[in-house]
Parts: sequence; structure tokens; C-alpha cells
Amino acid sequence: MSQQMTGAKMVVQALKDQGVEVVFGYPGGAVLPIYDELFQQNEIRHILVRHEQGATHAAEGYARSTGKPGVVLVTSGPGATNAVTGITDALMDSIPLVVISGQVPTFMVGSDAFQEADTVGITRPCTKHNWLVKDTDRLAETLHQAFHVATTGRPGPVLVDIPKDVQFASGNYIPPQAARTEHYAPRVKGDIDAITALVELIETAERPVLYTGGGVINSGPGASQLLRELADATGIPVTSTLMGLGAYPASGKNWIGMLGMHGTYEANLVMHGCDLLINIGARFDDRITGRIADFSPGSRRAHIDIDPSSINKVIRTDIPIIGDVGHVLEDLLKIWKARGRKTDREGLAKWWAQIDEWRAVNCLAFRNSSELIKPQHALQRLEALTRDHPDRYVTTEVGQHQMWAAQFMGFDAPNRWMTSGGLGTMGYGLPASIGVQVAHPEALVINVAGEASWLMNMQEMGTAVQYRLPVKQFIINNERLGMVRQWQELLHGERYSHSWSESLPDFVKLAEAFGCKGIKCDHPDQLDDAIREMLDYPGPVIFDCLVEKHENCFPMIPSGNAHNQMILGEAETQGVIGDSGAVLV
Amino acid sequence: MSALKIQQGSSRHSAYDLRDPNAEVIETHTLAVIVDNEPGVLARVIGLFSGRGYNIESLTVAETDHEGHRSRITIVTTGTPQVIDQIKAQLGRMVPVHEVHDLTVEGAHVARELALLKVAGKGDARIEALRLAEIFRANVVDSTLESFVFEMTGAPEKIDAFAELMRPLGLVEIARTGVAALARGV
Ligand SMILES: Cc1ncc(C[n+]2csc(CCOP(=O)(O)OP(=O)(O)O)c2C)c(N)n1
Ligand SMILES: [Mg+2]
Repeated sequence: MSQQMTGAKMVVQALKDQGVEVVFGYPGGAVLPIYDELFQQNEIRHILVRHEQGATHAAEGYARSTGKPGVVLVTSGPGATNAVTGITDALMDSIPLVVISGQVPTFMVGSDAFQEADTVGITRPCTKHNWLVKDTDRLAETLHQAFHVATTGRPGPVLVDIPKDVQFASGNYIPPQAARTEHYAPRVKGDIDAITALVELIETAERPVLYTGGGVINSGPGASQLLRELADATGIPVTSTLMGLGAYPASGKNWIGMLGMHGTYEANLVMHGCDLLINIGARFDDRITGRIADFSPGSRRAHIDIDPSSINKVIRTDIPIIGDVGHVLEDLLKIWKARGRKTDREGLAKWWAQIDEWRAVNCLAFRNSSELIKPQHALQRLEALTRDHPDRYVTTEVGQHQMWAAQFMGFDAPNRWMTSGGLGTMGYGLPASIGVQVAHPEALVINVAGEASWLMNMQEMGTAVQYRLPVKQFIINNERLGMVRQWQELLHGERYSHSWSESLPDFVKLAEAFGCKGIKCDHPDQLDDAIREMLDYPGPVIFDCLVEKHENCFPMIPSGNAHNQMILGEAETQGVIGDSGAVLV
Repeated sequence: MSALKIQQGSSRHSAYDLRDPNAEVIETHTLAVIVDNEPGVLARVIGLFSGRGYNIESLTVAETDHEGHRSRITIVTTGTPQVIDQIKAQLGRMVPVHEVHDLTVEGAHVARELALLKVAGKGDARIEALRLAEIFRANVVDSTLESFVFEMTGAPEKIDAFAELMRPLGLVEIARTGVAALARGV
């Protein structure tokens, strides 16, 4: 059933047919026909951001917290180039985004027209795929294909660039079912022989570990459920990357904390000492592996990933399993159960005894203060006062505060934690919190921010106020580019080159200027009350939490070091280190 | 542990396991990549190679299925076994890519390249050039009293050898198409 309509109308129709409820965007000359169509309907909500980067991160927050693709609409030239950071961020973290950009009319393409940029050229390396649509008759199919590609296989951002004359012209609209999408169909079922080989290893492993990543979350809630079943039935310890937090509950009995550069002592030593490493939907990122040559030296490795290029990219895998995490875990559990639910109980008991010894190090310990708010303490209190909230989502910016949030906040469900992992984009958290709140209007949405990151997209506070989105901006204000300062202290002879935040705004006045609430807190005694005040306030809040300025984030594996060369900082290490080997403090 | 059935040359599982995983040897592989003939597809493939630091020894592309809008890209690339596998996997996951064949792994194949060589000279050198061209089965496609343009098709090594011989005889310019390759048999 096809219909004649203008290209601009097709865009709106295609979005409706794809079940899109919200678009994050910013208008301009090259998308005016589409904005005109948006104006004349009420089904799709448009959120006017304050900067196109904000639109992309908001769409990412929306996507991560719902499992649905986020949709972005921007104009040509600067609109599209402003979106590039968010698109790249989504590519690195495998977040499905459909970005629609306006382009100068086809007959002006290549003439350096006003606000012309080679948008498909610029975004080719930072999208999963992109299209320049030159013919209105091809527009509907291309848009449907774009949704298909963004959400199929390893999710990611796609971009459809639509010249203005294509928006004005009339053409044939086809619905999603009529679009050809069959060509792009990554395999989702894992190879049964490979899965069986992994089951055999699980049956005999003495020191296994489940190393889980964002792929578990991307695979859907069913995958997280299966992961829990697998871990709990086998008794295998579970660690996760930054991106995978919440897939296995932080309150679960097999949870040993996040791994990697700022991961827990126990998680990293488990990775180092295991004899079977089962990577589920993670990608052996360098923040995780440390020095490759010393990575998990005594283990057989299995790697479950939907993207064949992740296999053997960084770490050599003994058992590659290409498929969707949910499908693979389902088969894995079936086979393991059919073969008699075997594990090496004795080996596992010893393994857990060893893990408990490592846990006893209490690697996240810090020296608290009664005078100054320690950032870790601030996050502990935020966690304590919000953990039991029935509907809590947390986003972060990038830096020390992000790592402390990962260490001190626990997530018991997937899709509750949004952070910029692969690209490490300062400025992600505020717009992401807006996207999350748009998707979940009644929920408690907190952005754990650093003052420097937060300033990068603070204009989006206007968006929050305009749409009455009660996002809580919890700024851990150390008046420093804390993470940079930490590296300079530890690796550059304490030469603090341009790593402090000077001339910061008065955040309370800034809140007033935006028309929301500002709260400032600089003493530990007042912290709980101040946090409660933030939580009780029905609208958006900027919370300026002034903390100790020179705190470092530990544990830390300095770049290029092995997992067992961790700097522990304040943690009590007496005695334990001698037992467990070469830990350099 | 059950032996994994990894098909030779399959990109389903990494063929990495078939070879010495730690080999640092640099191998040369000829890949045939079947793609949708759509705008930007070549830029995508080239961008992949430059963006990830892979080598391109030669690359040829042309539409081979007009009806189906398919092109065949033949890439000769070099790298360690691990890098070659990465290249195949990275190509394979691109949306407009339909098939990736590693002709080097999949069995015997024929590889041919076309070259045009301009050789200028007089007297003995000119005669010698013509004589060698005959031996190499190069055709004369243009001649003046002082020059020839030879056309020759063959394996890249054969063209290299011919070009080497022509150099002292007055080779002025050479144009090469890059390799086109097909697996032998059916
Ligand atoms: C856009 C961008 N620019 C630069 C960096 C490098 N960088 C990483 S963390 C950091 C400091 C962040 O400071 P702040 O937001 O105050 O967080 P803190 O580390 O103090 O908690 C910088 C500059 C980055 N990650 N992103
Ligand atoms: Mg800071």
C-alpha cells in the first residue's frame, strides 16, 4: 500500500510507522519542511535542545534507558557537524541512533552552498552506515532501512542526509514492511559446537569468571535474566565493564565489582588469576586489559559477541562464539543442564575463598573527613539515600566522579546506568539525563557530574526547565579537571598543567538564572539534608557539592600495567599483599 | 574439548586458529569483496583501511552485476595473520558488503593485471624492447618512430619482471590496473 506524499511528510510518516515517540532536534534552513510537518501533527513529540551535541546525547540516554532507538533531527552544515561527537559516542558504545540531517538541495550539492557540509563524508567513519537520499521515491525505504540497521546486530548510530528539494518533492511512500532489509541480517544464533566446547570448559574449570559488557544490556532484558541464571546456577563470579553495570545485580551474591583501570582489586585479580575467562558481550577494551602481554596469563578464553570483528581484535580467543548474547546464553544453559549441571565444586569453593581474601582488602576504602566532603563519601550518601528508590536512573559525565559513581553506586537492573564509556565524552551526562527523563517522566534521574564536564553542555539546563524535566544535576565540584590532575600527579611529576577549573560560575545563581533550583553543600554534616532537599524538590536541581580538591581515584591500574600491578591508595593492604603476590602499591 | 569445526577460510569463526596465532610473519592476501554498487561504498572500504592502518597493495573495482547493482572489489593486502583476519571481519560487517572471499586461503586462484608501458628508444634498444615484448606476449598498441606503448596482461610479478627489463631500454611511463582475481575451478 503505497501513497504519494512530500519527502518531509514521509519523514514524519516513517517515524510514526517505526513507533517513534520522541525526536531530539534543532531546526535550521535545510530541515524547515520537516519542521513544518512536525508542527502539523501531535503524535511525535519534539524536544528542542540547545545544541545539537545535546540532541545526540539526549537520544543516547533515551535509547539506553528504553532499549529503543533514539532519533535526532538536525540541519545541514553546523547542525550536522555539532552532532558528530554524539554520533561517535554512540558508535563506540553501540547505542542505536537514527540521525536525520537536512542538506542543501541536490542541485547545489558540491557548490560550497551556504551551510553545506559533506555530512555523509564527515560521518562515514563514525556511523554504522549512512545515506544521502537524492530521490524522494527512495526516501521512505531508506528511512526504514536506517532503523533496521541501527537496531539489528551490534546496534549503532546511522545517519540519513536529506537534501531540501527531496523534502519538498512528492514521491511514493512505502511502509516498513515493504522496505527491503533482508540483506543486513547478522547471525544471532551461536555455533553449537563452540557453545558445547565452552560448556565442557565450564564443567571442569577451577577458577572461572564471567566478564560481562554492554552487549548483555544491548541484547535485551532477557539476556540479563539468563546471565543471572547462569551465574547463580554455576556459582561463577561475575565482573563487568563500565558499560555492562546492572546486567548482573550489584546485590547479587556472585558480584565482585567492576573490573579495569579503576575496577575493584578482587575483580582484577580474578581476571589475572582465572583459568577460564568467559567474555560475554564485552570487547577487551584497553581500559580493561591493561598490558596485553600480561593479560590473564593462565586462562582459556571464550568470547561471545555479535560482532565478528570483536573476536581476536585485541586478545586471542580459544573459543569464539559469534551470536547474540541472549540466544547464546539460552543454548549454553540448555546444553549445560542437559549434560548434568556439572561444575568443579571443590575448585570453585577454593576460588571463592581466595576471592574473599582479596575482598577483605576493602579496596574502595578511603579516609573520610569530618571537615571536608570526600567525593567518595558524597556518592556513598547519594547511593544510600536513593538506592531504594523504585525507579532510579543515573547518568554521568566523564572523569573521577564517573569512576567513583561506578564504584559506589550499585545497579540491580539493566538500562539504569548511562555513561560515556568508549569515547569518554565530557558533556554527555546532562543531555543524557534529559533523554532519560523524557523517556521516564516519573522516574528519579540523577546526573553525577564533574564541574568541568558539566559546563561543556550546561546550556541544556534550558531544555530541562522548558520541558519540566526534574533532572538532578549532582555536581562533584573539586574545582579541578580531577582525572587529568590525578594523572599529572602520578605520571607527570605533579606538574598541574591547566587542570584546574578557574572562574567557575556560582552554580546556585546559575540555577536561578535558568529558572530551576540551586543547592550548595560544602560540609559533610549538611550533606544528607541537602541531598534530601534535592530529591524532594519536584523540578530540576543543580546541586553544587564542594568536595576535597585533591582526592585521587583508586584502585588504579596505570596505563600499560598488568592487572596485578594496581595502585591501591588508602585501602588497608598490610599482610594481604604478601599473600597474593606482586601488587605494587 | 571438542574440536571446533572451523572451515578453511570461513569468516564465521576466525581462521586465526588455523595458523600460528603469534606469527609475526607478514602475509599477502588477495580478497574479493562483493558489495552493493552504491555511492560511497569505495570510500567506505578505503576509509576502513586508512582509518585502521591496514595496507592496500592494490585495489580494483568495477560493477560486475548490472542487474543486481553489485560490484566486485579485489584487494591485495598485507599483514600478520591476526591483521588479515581483522580486515576480513571489518569488511564483512559493513552494511553494503555481501561477501568477503580470501582467495589466498580458499584455494588456488588466478590473479591478473593489465599494464600499459611506454618505452622510448632508437636502434638496438628499440629492437631489444620489441623482442622482449614478444617473449612476454605484450602487444604493441601504439607506436611512433621513437616509442612503443606495450599492453600486457599477467600476474603482477610478470609485469614487474617485464617493467624491470624495460627500464634500461627506455621505459618512460607505466600504468597498471591493479589485480583482478578469481578462484580456480568451480
Ligand atoms: C570532551 C573531552 N575533553 C577532554 C577530555 C579529557 N578529560 C578526561 S577527564 C577530564 C577532567 C574532567 O573534569 P571534571 O568533569 O571536573 O571531573 P573530575 O575528574 O574532576 O571528577 C578531562 C579533561 C574528555 N574526556 N572529554
Ligand atoms: Mg572536577
